[in-house]
Amino acid sequence: MTILVGYLPTPEGEAAVDAGLREGALRGERVIIVNSPRRGAPVDEHMIDDAAGAELLRRARAAGVDAELRQPLHDDDLPETFEALVKETGATLVVIGLRHRSLVGKFIMGSEAQRILMESTVPVLTVKAAQ
Amino acid sequence: MDISPILDGFGVVLEPTNLLYCLIGVIIGMLIGVLPGLGPGATIAILLPITYGIGPVSAIIMLAGIFYGAQYGGTITSVLLRLPGEASSVVTVFDGFALAKQGKAGTALGIAAIGSFIGGTVSIIGLTLVAPVVAGFALDFGPPEYAALGILGVLLISSIGNGNKLKAIIAACVGLLIATVGRDTFTGAERFTFGSLNLAEGIDFIPIAMGLFGLSEILYNLEERHNQVHAPAKVGNVWPSRKDLGQASGAIGRGSLIGFVLGVLPGGGAVLSSLAAYALEKRRAKQPERFGKGAVEGVAAPETANNAAATSSFIPLLTLGIPANATMALMFGALLIQGIQPGPQLVTEHPDVFWGVINSMYIGNILLLIMSIPMVGVFVRILRVRPAIMAPITVLITLLGAYTVRNQVYDIFLVIAFGVLGYLMKKFGFEPGPLVLAFVLGSMIESSARQGLLIFGGDPTGFVTRPISGTIFALILAVAAWPLIRKALPRKTSVERVEEKIK
Repeated sequence: MTILVGYLPTPEGEAAVDAGLREGALRGERVIIVNSPRRGAPVDEHMIDDAAGAELLRRARAAGVDAELRQPLHDDDLPETFEALVKETGATLVVIGLRHRSLVGKFIMGSEAQRILMESTVPVLTVKAAQ
Repeated sequence: MDISPILDGFGVVLEPTNLLYCLIGVIIGMLIGVLPGLGPGATIAILLPITYGIGPVSAIIMLAGIFYGAQYGGTITSVLLRLPGEASSVVTVFDGFALAKQGKAGTALGIAAIGSFIGGTVSIIGLTLVAPVVAGFALDFGPPEYAALGILGVLLISSIGNGNKLKAIIAACVGLLIATVGRDTFTGAERFTFGSLNLAEGIDFIPIAMGLFGLSEILYNLEERHNQVHAPAKVGNVWPSRKDLGQASGAIGRGSLIGFVLGVLPGGGAVLSSLAAYALEKRRAKQPERFGKGAVEGVAAPETANNAAATSSFIPLLTLGIPANATMALMFGALLIQGIQPGPQLVTEHPDVFWGVINSMYIGNILLLIMSIPMVGVFVRILRVRPAIMAPITVLITLLGAYTVRNQVYDIFLVIAFGVLGYLMKKFGFEPGPLVLAFVLGSMIESSARQGLLIFGGDPTGFVTRPISGTIFALILAVAAWPLIRKALPRKTSVERVEEKIK
C-alpha cells in the first residue's frame, strides 16, 4: 500500500511532504512523491532538478520511510494525472498542500487542489503551509 | 586604403535610431536564440515586412543583429539545459552541459560569450579589410561573370550543405523553376502563369521566404510532443577564471579563423564551422578523452567559430551580391525590398549601408557581451512560455505581415501555400534553404546569362573564353565532378574515420 504526496517547491509543498512522510512512518507504508511538470514549455518553474529530488528522498530516509520520486508530465488536467497514479499504484491516501486564495482569485481561477479533493476516489489529506 | 568611409560608417551607426535598432536586433536575436525551434532564418523572414517602414540602414542593422545575436543565445540553452537553441550550438551541448553539471555553468557561458565576442570581432576586422578589396575586384565583372557566379553559388549551396545532396539539388531546381514564373523581362512573354494576373507579376521573394522559413518552421515545431520538461536552471558566477581563459585562448584563436574562412564559403556558415572547430580542437588536444566531459575548449571553439562565420558570411553578399547561405538570402531579399541591389557597387553607391552594417556589428557584439554575461537568467525565462501560446501569435504576425506588404490577400494565400510546401519538404527530408537561394539567384542567373548572350551576339562560347567567367566555369566543372573524383581516389578518409572510432 502507498501514499501519494503532491509536491511543488513551495511552503505548501514542503508541508505536504512533511505530513506525507509522518503518515507513511505511522502507517508503515511506501510514499510516492509526485512532482508533475506541465507539458509544453521547455522549462517549468515548478519542476525540481535531480539534486532537489535527492534531497527529498534523503529526508524520507531520515524519517524512516521508503520513498520514491515521480515526475510524470501533465497536460491541462493535473487531477486526472493524480487519479491515474492512484489507480496504478493502489494508493490509499493522497496528501496535498492547500494555499490561501483571495476572493477574486477564487472567482476567476479554478483550483487543482479543490478538484483533487472532489474527484479523488481515495481519502485526501490536505495541509497548510507552516505559519 | 581610404578610411574616411569607414569612419563615416561609425557616424551612421552612432545615430540614436540606428543604435536603438541595433539593440532591438540583438535582443530579439538573443531571445530567439534561446528558444529552440524558431531560428534566426525564420525570425528574419517573419520580420521582413517590418523593414518596409524603416530606412535601409536601420533595417539591415536590425536584421544583422538578429542573425549574430542568435548565435550568442543558442549557447545559453545548450549549456544550461542540454537543449541547443540553434543548430550552430549543437556541439556546444557536449562540453557545455558537462561543465554545467559540475557546477561550472557560469564558466561555460562566460567563455562562450567572450569567445563569441572575439570571434565576431576578428571576423568583422577581416570583413572590413577583405570586403572592399573583393568588391573592387568584382567591379570588373560583367553579365557573363555574374551568370557563372550564380550557377557556381547554386551548385555549391546544394553540394556543401548538410543532408542529402540529391534532395538539395531537387529543391534548388524547384527554386530555379519558381524564379521563371511570371512575365519574361526581355520579351514580355508569359511563363507558367496559367492565365492568372497575379502569377503574371511573378512570385515575390517575401511570401516565399515567410512561408518556407517562417510558417513551415512553426508548423513543424507544433508537431513535436514536448515530452521533455526541464527544471529551471540556476546560473552562478559567469566570470571564467584566469586558468579557464588561458586554456580556451588557443581554441578561441583557431575557432575565429575557421569560422571566418568557412563562413565565406557558400553553403558553409555557422553550423558547419562550429562542427569543424570542435573536431579540430578534439584532434589537437593532448587528452582528447576530456572532450564531452567538460573541456573548456569544447565550448570555446564552436561558439567562437559560429559567431565568426555568422559575420564573415556577409562578405559574399555585400561584395558580390551572392548570398552564402539561407539567412543571407533573406538579407539579400531585405536589401532588395529597400531598393538596394547588393553587389560590388554597394561600397561606392551606398557607402552608408555598407559601412553602417559592418560597423554596427562592432557595436552589436559589445552590446551582446554586456547583455549575455549578467542577463542570462532573464533570457532563460522565455523558455517558460508554451509553444501553444507562442505559435498562434507568431502565425498571426506572419500572415498580417505578408498582407501589409502589398495589401493583397493573395499574398497571404501564397505564404500559406509555401508554408505547407516547406512543412512537407521538412517532413520528407528536403531543406528549404537551397530552394530559396536558387530562387534568389535564379532571376540573376537568367538575366545575366541572356544579357551575356546579347553581348556575344548569341555565341555561347563567349562564356568560356572570357578569362574570369572561364575560370569560374572550370570551377563549376570541378565542383560538379568532385564526388566522382573522390570516388575514384583511394578511400583514405573513411579508413581514418574508422580508426578514430576504434580509438
